[in-house]
Amino acid sequence: MSDKVKVTIDGITVEVAPGTSILNAARQIGGDIVPPAMCYYSKLEGSGGKCRTCIVKVSKGSEKDPRPMPKLVASCRTAVMDGMEVMNITSPEVIEARSGVVEMLLINHPLDCPVCDQAGECDLQNLGYEHGLQKTRYEFERRTFERIDIGDKIQLHMNRCILCYRCVFTADQITNKRVHGILNRGDHSEISTYIQTAVDNDFSGNVIDVCPVGALTDKTFRFKNRVWFTKPIDAHRDCPTCSGKVTLWYKGEDVLRVTGRKDIYGEVAEFICNTCRFDKKKTADWVIEHPTHISDTSVIASNHYETLKPLPVIQPNLKLQEANRIELEKTTKF
Amino acid sequence: MARKLLLEHINVPGINTLDVYRQKGGYRAVEKALKTLTPDEVVEEVKKSGLRGRGGAGFPTGMKWSFLAKPEGVARYLVCNADESEPGTFKDRYLMTHIPHALIEGMIVSSFALGAKTSYIYVRGEMMPQIRILEKAIAEAKAAGWLGKNILGSGYDLELYVQPGGGAYICGEETALLESLEGKRGNPRIKPPFPAIAGLYGCPTVVNNVESIAAVVPIINDGGDEYAKIGIGRSTGTKLISASGNLVRPGVYEIELGLPVEEFIYSDEWCGGIANGKRLKATVAGGSSVPVLPANLTLKLANGDPRLMSYESLSEGGFATGTMMGSGGFIAFDEDQCMVRNTWNFSRFYHHESCGQCSPCREGTGWMEKVLHRLEYGHGKMSDIDLLVDVSKKIEGNTICPLGDAAAWPVASAIRHFRDEFEWHVKEPVKSLDTNYGLANYADPIAKAVTTEN
Repeated sequence: MSDKVKVTIDGITVEVAPGTSILNAARQIGGDIVPPAMCYYSKLEGSGGKCRTCIVKVSKGSEKDPRPMPKLVASCRTAVMDGMEVMNITSPEVIEARSGVVEMLLINHPLDCPVCDQAGECDLQNLGYEHGLQKTRYEFERRTFERIDIGDKIQLHMNRCILCYRCVFTADQITNKRVHGILNRGDHSEISTYIQTAVDNDFSGNVIDVCPVGALTDKTFRFKNRVWFTKPIDAHRDCPTCSGKVTLWYKGEDVLRVTGRKDIYGEVAEFICNTCRFDKKKTADWVIEHPTHISDTSVIASNHYETLKPLPVIQPNLKLQEANRIELEKTTKF
Repeated sequence: MARKLLLEHINVPGINTLDVYRQKGGYRAVEKALKTLTPDEVVEEVKKSGLRGRGGAGFPTGMKWSFLAKPEGVARYLVCNADESEPGTFKDRYLMTHIPHALIEGMIVSSFALGAKTSYIYVRGEMMPQIRILEKAIAEAKAAGWLGKNILGSGYDLELYVQPGGGAYICGEETALLESLEGKRGNPRIKPPFPAIAGLYGCPTVVNNVESIAAVVPIINDGGDEYAKIGIGRSTGTKLISASGNLVRPGVYEIELGLPVEEFIYSDEWCGGIANGKRLKATVAGGSSVPVLPANLTLKLANGDPRLMSYESLSEGGFATGTMMGSGGFIAFDEDQCMVRNTWNFSRFYHHESCGQCSPCREGTGWMEKVLHRLEYGHGKMSDIDLLVDVSKKIEGNTICPLGDAAAWPVASAIRHFRDEFEWHVKEPVKSLDTNYGLANYADPIAKAVTTEN
């Protein structure tokens, strides 16, 4: 018996290590079939399962037990089994349920993207663009909170929060002492520091990077600029507390902010310390490497084309087309 | 007179004390189990009895016990779920208040069967008197040697603790209960792993309802086969039903499963009919989470046969024409009750009790509550009714724990069966504020050929 298990996602088969989640197996394939994840963060143990945007249909449980799973499952927290068959974008049921989840995430979201610092690099914005409705069906007042400062460098704007718990896990796992958490329950639950204790820790700034929305923002960058007007550059420095590998966001000559290096799923490669993030904002502090690679589909890439050719509107993915020939040849779409 | 197993001695004065309980044959099951049976034989008896979980899901208890992982050198736990918070259900509180020793006896036998050396009774925080009663009873039992080291000289040790909860409905969900018992925020865990593999403190754990555990006592006393003779089909034994609402005699009743619903409501032995000479409009058969049914479907199945109080018969017809046994919280509504108001009230409860961990339930319960509030108070629109159905569908099945389903089912079923009344609320916004829709056709006998399923 090989130590790899076979899993088929939307018709594409991949071999992964046992115990891998469906989401990570899909990420190994890459492309359009990767379920969106708002709360799962591969670097944070125990994260995931909460936002429900990554739900997929398991149409065949495994080779041994081919029964389909009765409900849609959260792909980030469901381990693959040998011979499992998963349907993500080829299942109308999943698409419908996911749009339902996105609608739920947005009903109490202020939709203040025009004044939100996260706009342009916001997971919820991308998700809403892809799966959301054109018009809201929610006709009530959205829930609101006062903005609070947690620490002198971080501002919490609870209105925008989707309660993914990532920042709680971050504080639990990479800092020594967690001083913020979830208060209350249900739709009035909120992230808070309880008695407005300042979050004061060398690595506390990472909660900004892990936040998928604009709930936790960098006060040194707030309202300085729109993210798509800035140019990201990878750089490093010799830092005694962290790896020192960061992305600098330039506007002209100035470094407007410093973040961790994010991959295409919005996850940082390595967590960075607060000194690097908040205090080193001069080019002289850093060794410049190269411009950060930004996905062509991101708004940040506007005016930063890496190729001179105009971009195709839809990326042709031959593997995906081949695997779903029957689905794609259908004349009616779901 | 129907057979009583749990509440047989409920009216004996002083049954809450160890002496009286012992005189009435209490702790015989402990003696029998510890002296003559092996743990596996106890599990086998419970399996034979066909006892199904009394907390709501109706999963066979013996089966649940046999799934418990038994790795070497790892502690196993039995946790009793006494976080009874379902609107309409109050049987466990009754049992704990009046016969606390029945639960403790059941806990000893069950812990012995599972090999648990430490067991917990997680009691809802609001039930402070019951917590005191249980603690007193445990102290009595311990003093008499029924708990502690080397019980009855069998070499079996057991410590039993009562843990008060914070009073959250969500902590009745077994993994949330375990989180809460560990001292954390009571958020349900993502399954798998199931508690039988990794439960309390990561150890194999069984979580059972109070009534399931108490029912182990008669099973051991009389044998599993004897217990299985009571009841009907796969619904064996007796069940405590918390009857409330517009009944002549509401209260906790112990019924043999298989009793016709009509007899339960109208017979003088049980609830004695609808109060004040009114007519039955609707029932919620198993606590607020289960689908609500109009009177005609409560009493008769879609094919015209009488509906029985059993797991199978109540769920006959699926969600189209059926409901569920649930935890046995039987609520009856007379003709003057407003179904829209009731649905809003239930949905308000779920909105308040949602833990807020996963998004469909956190946002969806609040949304449904607001829409229902609008309908009830005369600001509703016709499109709201379909919106509610759609929102409930988006919640159902997409959440971590069953609270999402429990919030969606009452709303979806109320609209399925009482759509006229919802529409009337939209059409008559002023009138609906101070009058009710009335009985309408909800008690009419069902026409023969309305089997909508195929």
